[in-house]
Amino acid sequence: MTTPRTDAPPPGVRIPKRRGVELSLLVCAVLISVSGYAAVGLARSGAVPPDAARYGAGLGLLALVAHLAVRFRAPYADPLLLPIAVLLNGLGLVLIYRLDLETPNDQAAATQLVWSTLGVALFIVVVLLLRDHRTLQGYAYVSVAAALALMILPIFFPAVNGAKIWIRIGGLSFQPGEFAKILLAVFFAAYLAANRNALAYTGRRIWKFQFPTGRVLGPIVAIWLLSVGVLVLERDLGTSLLFFGLFVIMLYVATGRTGWIAVGLVLASAGAFLVGSLEPHVHSRVEDWLDPFASIRAGEGPGQLAQSLFAFAAGGMLGTGLGLGHSVLIGFAVKSDFILATAGEELGLVGLTALFLLYALLVARGYRAGLSLRDPFGRLLAIGLASIVALQVFVIAGGVMGLIPLTGMAMPFLAQGGSSVVTNWVIVALLIRVSDSARAPQPDSADTGTLAPVREDTPFREGAS
Amino acid sequence: MIRYIRRAAALCLVLLAALLVNAARVMVFEAEELDDNPANRRIAIDRYAEPRGEIVVDGKPVTGSRDSGQQLRWERTYRQGPLYAPVTGYASQTYGTTLVEHAEDSVLGGTDPMLAPLPLWNDLTRGRQPGGDVLTTVRAPMQEAAYRGLDGKRGAVVAIEPSSGRILALVSSPSYDPGVLSGTGRKVKDSWKRLNSSPNQPMLNRALRSTYPPGSTFKIVTAAAALDAGVVRDVDAPTDTPDPFVLPGTRQVLPNEAKGCGDASLAYAIQWSCNTVMAGLGVEVGLAGMVDAVERFGFNDTGLRVPSWVAKSNFDRAMSPDQLAQSSIGQFDTTATPLQMAMVASAVANHGEIARPYLVDRTTTSGGTTVDRTGRRTYRQAMTPSTAVQLQRLMVKAVEEGTGTNAAIPGARVGGKTGTAQHGFGNTGTPYAWFIAWAQAEGTAQPAVAVAVVVEDAEASRTDISGGGSAAPIARRVMEEALRLEAEARG
Repeated sequence: MTTPRTDAPPPGVRIPKRRGVELSLLVCAVLISVSGYAAVGLARSGAVPPDAARYGAGLGLLALVAHLAVRFRAPYADPLLLPIAVLLNGLGLVLIYRLDLETPNDQAAATQLVWSTLGVALFIVVVLLLRDHRTLQGYAYVSVAAALALMILPIFFPAVNGAKIWIRIGGLSFQPGEFAKILLAVFFAAYLAANRNALAYTGRRIWKFQFPTGRVLGPIVAIWLLSVGVLVLERDLGTSLLFFGLFVIMLYVATGRTGWIAVGLVLASAGAFLVGSLEPHVHSRVEDWLDPFASIRAGEGPGQLAQSLFAFAAGGMLGTGLGLGHSVLIGFAVKSDFILATAGEELGLVGLTALFLLYALLVARGYRAGLSLRDPFGRLLAIGLASIVALQVFVIAGGVMGLIPLTGMAMPFLAQGGSSVVTNWVIVALLIRVSDSARAPQPDSADTGTLAPVREDTPFREGAS
Repeated sequence: MIRYIRRAAALCLVLLAALLVNAARVMVFEAEELDDNPANRRIAIDRYAEPRGEIVVDGKPVTGSRDSGQQLRWERTYRQGPLYAPVTGYASQTYGTTLVEHAEDSVLGGTDPMLAPLPLWNDLTRGRQPGGDVLTTVRAPMQEAAYRGLDGKRGAVVAIEPSSGRILALVSSPSYDPGVLSGTGRKVKDSWKRLNSSPNQPMLNRALRSTYPPGSTFKIVTAAAALDAGVVRDVDAPTDTPDPFVLPGTRQVLPNEAKGCGDASLAYAIQWSCNTVMAGLGVEVGLAGMVDAVERFGFNDTGLRVPSWVAKSNFDRAMSPDQLAQSSIGQFDTTATPLQMAMVASAVANHGEIARPYLVDRTTTSGGTTVDRTGRRTYRQAMTPSTAVQLQRLMVKAVEEGTGTNAAIPGARVGGKTGTAQHGFGNTGTPYAWFIAWAQAEGTAQPAVAVAVVVEDAEASRTDISGGGSAAPIARRVMEEALRLEAEARG
């Protein structure tokens, strides 16, 4: 659905665009990242790394180009989103570079920089080409088909570290499930926006709960079950947990029915218990979560989770300082799943809290855009995308710190992993787009006459495109 | 919808709070426990991340550090390792630390909060300081003289400055190079195995950790007990003891190696080492009196630290009279460390008072600022000053014209006592040759050094003379060095 809309504010009302704020925050983000890069070099060899300037210039250039795209095509976008993404990505590169120094056989920073560039490129493409987020609503079924295809594809490729979630072509490996997140969020948002009245107000009432008719609920549950089923097959439990959480949150926001959350939690608990006790791979992770030090007592040395906890504890309040920790002891996956342990050890509780707050700010800005938007699809899309970030951070941070059982997932922007970085840049691009719509001055409906004022609780037409 | 978005946002806030609380739990409240988990390699990595501080003898470090490039990076090296091994001990990535390396580990490793300019702030940041230095009381020339004197024979030498308790030499032989235990890997493990399986027990610190029957050197303790208890009032008066002496309650006869011991005086008994006289005096003092007296010298003390722990020297608290008689001449269950016997000589030299022996003079930061200093402290008053004066005279006599003539130093006043300890079943083992002594330069107020020497494989015949033959010359060389150093210091 395309809607003609004037980009200029109505005469007399000047809404601040805050692009200057964004630019200065971007400068800060790049400076912080370069300082971190220099700090690693100073701590390790007593000298600033020779390519620190190049690293800063590269990151700065990416930030600048992204900023120009936003300035040009989304002038009212939230000025915090892009700087947060640049800072997180920059810090991730610093941490990966820092860990590269310990693992001479596995140099990942350069690759990560290439992927980051690709991510920013896609960010720019999305910002430039997607003029209105509502266009996506028309591609709901294309999205879900693409998502399922992407998720099923890795089944035909060999497993890596026990999970069949990778596609390896040439030297590059890609996790298509990552990108399916966005597509699925688009589908959920479109479907729920179109059917939310039916979901909320029709159907049978059983005891205290009102159940919608199978005709409305059926397709979405089927899609969700299918995706989770595929993920379980591929042993990608982190992502299935993410999809479940995303589904429940969006369903709740669309319908306002607390019952859904209750039903969802019961189902999830039952499913988690079943998988946890039957599937050996998951079972061992639950055991490890319940007692991270069992392997030490058994004389087999500390497991990954125990090593991760040691790393966090070593950080303490202020951290050891960049480059001075020993989180490399965690071993394999230290740059991907466990990169937060390096952040915790070297930046301390203070630095980790700052990181969490950056993510929280990113999520909060997404929610804020959702609140300001008028169309249910935009709202649900914003909430969905923000929730993806929130859930990812919670699941991975909770996992590596022993709060919940560990599930392999990537810390947004921070962790090594090309598909993850690219996907998160696209998420930020979409958030930029919806926040631009949310903050842009609303065209006077009397003037344009083409768009009916969208009020709260107005059912949205289905399948309009 | 707005209401539900707000609620979903509240859920995200709850998740954030859960993460932050959990982070605080792991990183602050449980941090110490996790840090101290033995499986946590960080302690070891941090510990060896910087070179250790040095152990200093006579102003020169006897240790060093080598960058191994391994995870446990800095390895310990030792200059003249075998010579100072009984002082330094080893600091090994694989086998931990011993002796001074162990006792002063927090200073050497840089973890001692006193090393930091701001200890409280340091506690918060858990920072690590460069390792501090440990300055020992050992004098290099004396240590070398003692080590050369033992010449690879099994034995030990301890020299103390009687007035202060400073340990001037501490040698155990045969020795080993602690540097071969630095680091990790196969070579270190092989060295460990080899050193531990060697019949010579090179890693045994004989000076502090081995106990030997003290034999006749113990007669000084018995004499002090007899004089203090008033059993002997005149050291030159006959003691009314038969030769041979029948052990009380048995028909076993205690012989003498020396002649003229029948009814001999205490002075004669010390000079020529009469078994019969001293056994009789011990019985006369009685069990309670003897136990009381020997414990004033430090026997039965399990808590002595120099700062490394010292093995307990034993004197039984319950014995029959015949056992007491044997114990009074340093046989039966009576055992002593070389350090303990050096303390006995030291007590005689220092008016009956034993200054607490110590090996670490002071510790400093890497910059040289003093962190801690070991002061002179009284350990025990072993005997009355007048008894000490009398015993000094008797020990001088033993060196001048008795069993200890091999220890005589021209131009100095030297007091000594020989000993040959029987051991093994039916006394079939090779006897241990002992010599304890002290020396005072002419024109000085007090003796400069007290020394104890034990040689396990004494080649000489099984007479008291072997103590004088094997051990006394070593003691003399060590004392000569002490007197030379003292004269040098006086200018």
